[in-house]
Formats: sequence, C-alpha cells, structure tokens
Amino acid sequence: MVYEIIVGGKPHRLELEKAVAGWECRLDGQPIHVDALIPRRDVLSLLVDGHCYEIKREQTATDLHMWVGSARFSVELRDPRSLRSRQKAAGDEKGPIKILAPMPGRIVRLLVAENSEVEAGQGIVVVEAMKMQNEIKSPKKGIVKKISATPGAAVNPGDVLAIVE
Amino acid sequence: MFKKILIANRGEIAVRIIRACREMGIATVAVYSEVDRAALHVRKSDEAYPIGPAPAGESYLRMDKILDVAKRSGAEAIHPGYGFLSENATFAQACADAGVKFIGPTPHSMKLMGSKTSARQQMEKAGVPFVPGTSRGLASSEEGEQVAERIGYPVMLKAAAGGGGKGMRLVHTRQELRSALESAQSEAQRSFGDSEVYIEKAIINPRHIEMQVLADEHGNTVWLGERECSIQRRHQKVLEEAPSPIVDPDMRRRMGEVAVKVAQAANYTNAGTVEFLVDPQKNFYFLEMNTRLQVEHPVTELTTGLDLVHLQIHIANGEKLPFAQSDIQIRGHAIECRIYAEDPDNNYFPSPGKITVLLQPSGPGIRRDSGMYEGWNVPMDYDPLLAKLIGYASDRQQAIMRLERALYEYFVAGIKTNISLFLRILGDADFQAGKLDTGYLDRLLAKANPAVASLAPKPEIKAMETIAVIAAGMFAVLDPASSANKNGDTGGTSSGGAEKILSNWKQQGRSEGLR
Repeated sequence: MVYEIIVGGKPHRLELEKAVAGWECRLDGQPIHVDALIPRRDVLSLLVDGHCYEIKREQTATDLHMWVGSARFSVELRDPRSLRSRQKAAGDEKGPIKILAPMPGRIVRLLVAENSEVEAGQGIVVVEAMKMQNEIKSPKKGIVKKISATPGAAVNPGDVLAIVE
Repeated sequence: MFKKILIANRGEIAVRIIRACREMGIATVAVYSEVDRAALHVRKSDEAYPIGPAPAGESYLRMDKILDVAKRSGAEAIHPGYGFLSENATFAQACADAGVKFIGPTPHSMKLMGSKTSARQQMEKAGVPFVPGTSRGLASSEEGEQVAERIGYPVMLKAAAGGGGKGMRLVHTRQELRSALESAQSEAQRSFGDSEVYIEKAIINPRHIEMQVLADEHGNTVWLGERECSIQRRHQKVLEEAPSPIVDPDMRRRMGEVAVKVAQAANYTNAGTVEFLVDPQKNFYFLEMNTRLQVEHPVTELTTGLDLVHLQIHIANGEKLPFAQSDIQIRGHAIECRIYAEDPDNNYFPSPGKITVLLQPSGPGIRRDSGMYEGWNVPMDYDPLLAKLIGYASDRQQAIMRLERALYEYFVAGIKTNISLFLRILGDADFQAGKLDTGYLDRLLAKANPAVASLAPKPEIKAMETIAVIAAGMFAVLDPASSANKNGDTGGTSSGGAEKILSNWKQQGRSEGLR
C-alpha cells in the first residue's frame, strides 16, 4: 500500500508492506521496520526500533490530526492512485470555500453582507457558545457568495455558514 | 439521617455529591434541563426529573420547579453545589418554608455575606483586618476623592453586590476617579440591579489565598487550612493548591483564627470559605466569604483527609463536628487543574461539542472529579468546566511531577480543552518557585507560547513528525473503515473505483446507524 501523507505542509511518500512480524515501511525511500496494533478505537500502539509510541487520532468534520505525546500534527492522507482526491484537493485552492461552524452554538449577528468583498482573516459571522462570542473568519480574500447563517438560529459543527469565492 | 437528598446542580459537582450520598446510604434525586438528559449526573442518580429548557434561568435557577421535584420525590434535603442557586438566600429561605433542609448556611448569614459592604461593616465590628477603604457605598465622587486622598492611590472601586470582575475599576489618579465611579455604578446597576459602589486601597498583584472553615449548628467552628488560588484568568480560578507555598504554620494559624472569627461574626454554619488578599509583605486582608462548597474543595480534602461533602450532610443533619481544631493535621500537597472545554489556540474560546475520544489518567495520588464521558455532547449552555484533575503527593515538587505525568495520560478529542495550559504552568520556573500573584497567568500567557513542538530540539520534532506520518498510514491500513474522512476526500483505502464508492456509502450508512 502506498500513501501520500502531508504533515506540517510537507508531503511524504509512505509504502507499507506486511512482514512476517510487523510491517516493512519505506518512508520517502528510507526503510523502517514497525510493529503496530490498535488496542482501542483511535489509539495506535507503535513500536519503532524498540521505542514505544502511543498515537491518538482525532477526526473532526473537516480535519484529521495525529497526537504524538502532547504534540498535535495536522495530517492529510491521500492515495496517489486515486485521481479523484487529487482533483478535489487542487480545486480547493481556487474555487468557492465553505465556511463551516467549528462548534455548536447560536448565530449572534452577521458581520458582512452577501456579495461583499472580504480580506483573509476578516470576520463573517459571530457564533455564541457557553456565553462567549466567537468570530468566524474568512480563510481567504474573495467575495461572499452566499450567507446561510441567520441571526438567532442554532448551528451544529460542520454546518455551512457562508461561501466565499 | 436524611433518607433522600435532591442535588440542585449538574456536571462534575452533582456527580461528586451523588457519590457522597451513595457512600452514606442516602438515595439521590437529580434534576436536569432538556439538554442534560444524557448528562453523567442523571446516569448516576437514583431518581431524576426534568425541570425545563436549556437556559439556566428556565431550569437550574427555577426555585419553584426544584422545590416541586423535592416535594414529589420526597427528598428531605437539597444540596445546591456551587454556582446556580448555591448562594441565593431567597432559595435557602424558600427551602426552609417548604420544610426541606438546605445544605448550607442560613439565609441570614448568606444575606450578610452576599453584600460586600454589609460584610465589611460586620467585620469592622468583629475586628477583622480588611483592605483600607469605606464600608459603605459612596454617596458622591467628592467623598470618593476624599477617601482616596486618605488611603492613597491607586484605589479600587468595587460593586457591593459584585463578583467576577463586574463593576470593578482600578483608579490611579484623582482625575480618573469621577468617570470611573460613574461607569462602575452603571455597570453594577446593569449586572446586579444594585448600583452601590465602595472604595478600597488597590493592592497591585496580590495573592489570593482562602481559608476553608466548617461550622456545626452547636457553635463549633474550625478552620481546615488554606488554598492558594492566585492563578486566575479573567477573575476565574484555573489552578489551585493546598497548602500555599508562602504560608508557614504561624501564618496559617493566624489566618485560620481570623477566618473562624469571620464565620462566627456571621453566625455561620456548614462549609464556607473566607477569601483573603495577601500583599508582598504577607499581610492578609479579608476580601469576602463564599457561602458554599467551593470548586476547589478537593485539595483541602486531600491535605486534611476529610470528606467535606459528608461533613456538610452530617452538619445539616444537626450533628456536632466529630473533631476539634487540635485534631486537624495538614499533610502532603495537593494541586487541582480545572479542565475546561475551551480552545488554548483560539484565545480560550469555549469549545462545546461531542467528545469522540476520552482517555483518562489514574494511578497513585490522582483524583479525577469529572462530569464527562466518551460519546457525550458537551452542551453550549453552561459553564465550560468539564472535570477537575487533582494530584496529591508528599510534597509540592512530587505533586507537580505527578500531575504532569497524569496530564500526559489525559486525552480528549472532538472538543478542545485547556489541558496543554496546565503543562505550561507546571513547567514554568516561576510557578515551580511558588512566585505567584493574581497577575501571574496573564504574564505567562503574554509570553510566546513555547508549544511542545518548538520547545523540543529540532531532531526531536522531526522524529515526532516521522511518527505522525507512519501512524497516519498504519491507522489507514489497520482501521480503514473509520480512517476515511467523512467528506470522502481523504479516503486512504487501496481499493479503487466502484468498490471504493460503494464502501463510502457503506461507511456513511454505518456511521449514521451508530449515531
């Protein structure tokens, strides 16, 4: 099995081959022998060169993270043979971006109107949760194509609040 | 002894009280709002009744509904926990009128201590040291200027009914006083419905140290040692410890005796806490009395070996304290971390939502008072406190190391928590040296965040990155079904084409079926 894995903005090529005991890996061409098992969901016990690691996996509506100790790594995982994932990934850079609610909450107010221009980092809507107000910002410069958030409405994580193109 | 107690609260404290009741053979009655049906306190209780919609004002603060549940269920006493109705004298009175025992002080003591100015007047009579200033609300800004001239700038303006930093203003010069007084008064009016504001000398970056007291209904009052609570953010405590690194046995005894005097002056009964401000010369001044069980009570339980909730119930049952002051021994050191659902990388914004993974620490000297569980949806409607992790050891150094160890075992996914903040505090040189004051945490957070990754030497980050890459691949191979991201664009299975699409549908179906 071959994966393209992006960690910290850097792409890595990982080949995994089942061995008699454990796995033979090639990471960017370097051979590494690992032993791996999943003792419970989202936890991986990894033995590399006699060193023990317990890695935790965290999946959200939008992201995948690996926790090594108390350090969190954002991970993108692709199967290089799957053309679909490549195209989609490339499309994400330019096309419309959905702004998703990162947490459950209530829409307090809108900070911009539809069809207005926004800068990267500019606030789009304000969501309130646990008595705190949180500004949800645009990840890029562009035009606000659509605002689906309505003041007073409840939102769940992953709900589309607005689309910026 | 009571046969049945109603717990008018939620979260970790409701669970903690339910546990104490069970240990004493007392049946428990929980109450819950619409969003708390699945909350841990409802799962753990013997009986549970709904009391209304999510907003606290329509559920956990509804005295009529809670008393109605008490009547229907036959509960003989109500434990209010902390927050919500715990310091509400009207509720304590309503309980008494309904013939239900309120586990706490009398409405009279609560009222006396509820207003900071009436508490100051009472303490003045009792000869308790408090921060120089007025014991009554200011009538005019001219009066404020005169007092400020006498006690010296900087001064602090405080709302009599205040709390949580509301209606509070620091004033450095005479010129600022008039407008600061006006804005403090209007903020106090808006927040507490009472515009009374008094003045006291500002102690810049004091320590905040409090003394636990217990009083039975037969006139016996004891102190149980102090808690250092200087580590705060936005006037909210974050980490507490007992004993304080700067309090020696003589200072402890003096503070304890003052605290007992405060309690007696208010005819206080049950568990309470006297808060002091401590200046750099270790002078301590009465600040206020909290007429309830505190969030941080476990550090006192660990260092005294007593169970405060058991004792609260025994006292409410009319029993005498089973020990004298001379029996109280402080030994060892305990530190508590308040685990909040908030995001350290995003200015500590609240982070409610579903807990997808929960790995919890245990082992020697670790106590965990928690209201969360894996799969639970943390509602957005209440305080973000999820759990308290307390480390106990024979001395402070060992307690710090032990807590660090336990924090590394703690893992919460799905929502953000402030667990990493505690690793920062415990690893900080000033914290380890016990150099604390109420400005400590703001100063620490203003420093560049030495995130674990940037602290670690370069080769170490690289090694961790390598491990993260291998782990991502191994997860995909060993657990392909749940590795595929819900959006379907990061699916890493080696199967392609139609098979892959089919399996995505299957996964979607499975994950929805599991919800």
